[in-house]
Amino acid sequence: MVKINGEEWNIAGKTVAEYLATTSYNSKRIAVERNGDIVPKSQYGEIVLEDGDSVEVVSFVGGG
Amino acid sequence: MIPTKEEWNKALCQRHGEDVQKKFSAATVAVCGLGGLGSHIAISLARAGIGKLILIDFDRVDITNLHRQQYKVNQIGMDKTDALSENLREIAPYIDIERHTVRMTEDNAVELLKDADIICEAFDDAESKAMLTNLVLETMPKTFLVAASGMAGFGSANSIRTRKITSKFYLCGDEQSDVKTEGSLVSSRVMLCAAHQAHTVLRILTEQFETE
Repeated sequence: MVKINGEEWNIAGKTVAEYLATTSYNSKRIAVERNGDIVPKSQYGEIVLEDGDSVEVVSFVGGG
Repeated sequence: MIPTKEEWNKALCQRHGEDVQKKFSAATVAVCGLGGLGSHIAISLARAGIGKLILIDFDRVDITNLHRQQYKVNQIGMDKTDALSENLREIAPYIDIERHTVRMTEDNAVELLKDADIICEAFDDAESKAMLTNLVLETMPKTFLVAASGMAGFGSANSIRTRKITSKFYLCGDEQSDVKTEGSLVSSRVMLCAAHQAHTVLRILTEQFETE
């Protein structure tokens, strides 16, 4: 299982990009953290999520 | 009469203690965007005696900014970098200020931010926020980033919070209230978020890190 924003998902084996494609996140407004480190945007298609990973997708909203 | 630099430093040391004040005086903090968040962040940090601020914004003061940003009527039309520098110097006469009146992009950001110990993301546009966050975390591994998301509207003051996302990345706001759906930003709630950001900077400098 992969923990994403606090919830367990059965998506081990998928890349970050494959996971994001199943969501409604706007790819231009997010930053993805995995096990304490930022996932570079250029590596979304390469990094494979593993059992036990902890992921956080930060999705920015406007205003400042 | 304006106090001397020595009197100024002595007053800060009396309030913060010499050890803490040394850390504040030695710090360089960049403020990216000088609107509701950035103008308030800069004023808090100047009051705390931060040694150097790097102020970055391409925009000018507009009448529609005055309801929530730290500018004055007689500053309408000025570059925000100049207007805010003027206001900061009235508060903290010896602060070192570096001004950049440019739009930050992926191409110029690293050069603009290279001297910063801590970067405050204070843009209003969600895509700019994400761009800066990814860029800093990917390419500047020693630099702290304090970003903001979600402070629009009249939601509860108590929903504005600070979260540690990685060891170098802190996020302030309620992470929900988008100006597009809330329709407006009010000074009190923007100030709350800006205060979270400025306070996080001071906590990082005094090595008091959030646990989550």
